[in-house]
Amino acid sequence: MTIPALDRATQHLLRELAPQVLGVVVRRFRDFAASEDAVQEALIAAAIQWPREGLPESPRAWLIQVAVRRLADHVRAETARRHREELVVSLVPPEQQIALALHDDPGAEQDDTLDLLFMCCHPALSPASAIALTLRAVGGLTTAEIARAFLVPEATMAQRISRARQNIKASGVAFGMPDPADRATRLEPVLHVLYLLFSEGYVANSGAEVVRTDLSSEALRLARMLHRLAPAEAEVAGLLALLILTDARRGARTGPAGELIPLDQQDRSRWDRAAIAEGVSLISQTLSRGAMGPYQLQAAVAAVHDEAPSADATDWPQILALYSVLQGISDNPMVDLNHAIATAMVHGPAAGLERLEALGADPRLAGHHRLDAVRAHLLERAGDRDRSVALYRRAAERTTNTPERNYLLAHAARLSESSGH
Amino acid sequence: MKYMLMMNTPGNGPYQVASWPSQDLTRHIQFMQAFAKKLRDAGELVSAEGLSGPDRAKRVRAGSDGQPITDGVFPEAKEFLAGYWIVDVDGPERAYRIAAEASAAPGRGAAPLNMAIEVREVMSAPPQDLR
Repeated sequence: MTIPALDRATQHLLRELAPQVLGVVVRRFRDFAASEDAVQEALIAAAIQWPREGLPESPRAWLIQVAVRRLADHVRAETARRHREELVVSLVPPEQQIALALHDDPGAEQDDTLDLLFMCCHPALSPASAIALTLRAVGGLTTAEIARAFLVPEATMAQRISRARQNIKASGVAFGMPDPADRATRLEPVLHVLYLLFSEGYVANSGAEVVRTDLSSEALRLARMLHRLAPAEAEVAGLLALLILTDARRGARTGPAGELIPLDQQDRSRWDRAAIAEGVSLISQTLSRGAMGPYQLQAAVAAVHDEAPSADATDWPQILALYSVLQGISDNPMVDLNHAIATAMVHGPAAGLERLEALGADPRLAGHHRLDAVRAHLLERAGDRDRSVALYRRAAERTTNTPERNYLLAHAARLSESSGH
Repeated sequence: MKYMLMMNTPGNGPYQVASWPSQDLTRHIQFMQAFAKKLRDAGELVSAEGLSGPDRAKRVRAGSDGQPITDGVFPEAKEFLAGYWIVDVDGPERAYRIAAEASAAPGRGAAPLNMAIEVREVMSAPPQDLR
């Protein structure tokens, strides 16, 4: 079946409504997997009917009604299949439950969407499954769209989503708000999933660049929604600011052929000034509240980069200070690497290289292409071109990202040519 | 009909891109990108992947308990698969033509590499009446 292309407004509306509708249906029927399927069918029905027949008076009520009807059909078929061995799921016929669902407490909508995010990003799921499920259940994307974005066959993605739902069922996660005490712990994987989703789209991939860019936009949209629903959570604001400030540099990050352009060589006039202003204002307000979390600190670093008029004018002492705080509260080898780079920028390449020596012992970094690339960069700055070229090439052999490999190879080649003359 | 076009490169032969001058390297990368785009725009490309280098490769067998036993690395291998394209075309002639185009990718000093591309037909699903 081919789903007609929707205009942007309708598409936006459907995506906004998807989690709200699913929330209502799940709360009514409890069965997450069946509800999720029913809502997906309703969204597809809307995508086919609305362009032909016009928007219904209440799109939300329309979607709920269709989803509930589909669910009722499934329940009936399932019941028939079991030869009516068991009582019908509910004494209220499904058709009559529609009326109940339509007059649901609208205030519950917000909590529903949050609940869905908590559920889809549950730690019982692998990140890849959580991302796929979040995109479908909360983002309102079809399985085909998600499959296209991740460059896998639709059947594979359908299976991944269905396995994820089985895992949720097996782990006994209840649909409902976690206790206020658990909220921060439950929020962590949600933020992580949105961060991964954003990164997935941000890694330039020459062939499929366009679809993957959509993943970043979707992560941004979901992060904005989460921030709207939980404005008091400082780390949510931190993540949103980080994504906005990183996304602001998108236009300058790759060249015409999809090649990577590192931060210090980017054309800063192509950075999105409005987005930078928004991100800086958000992270400033959040930090002034006093709480410090890893996303807020990374957003603060991004803000320092974004506000520098040129690479040379970057406030590296401040970035070094931020990474020092970040090192204190998180155990992430990439933070250690960035700290070493900042050290080199403030105290010279020798000091940075000294830091790297210590990091090579970390099994998470040993043999990692990024350690080679950073060391190569610092050696280049220190004037040791031969060792630098060799390490850039080793990093190129070790990376699994094509644009990054091409960048490292090209840089090594240019550097080795410049050394002879 | 679908064909897999495999780019096998000698372990120490002409496809040693890491040591190429930057100009040749850039030209080669641009050729490969344009080539993939052309196939995609023509509706002939099913998928194309470049593989990471042989020093990341492992050979895996199941042990008696079914657990993986890994073997490797093979940097000294005579030949390794650097990448492949799967194309959906009308017949073998078109697949060969595409393979020849890939084979002539520019190398050092813009000279065509003329590397060997192995062309294999992908098995298709059974006809409808056999299902």
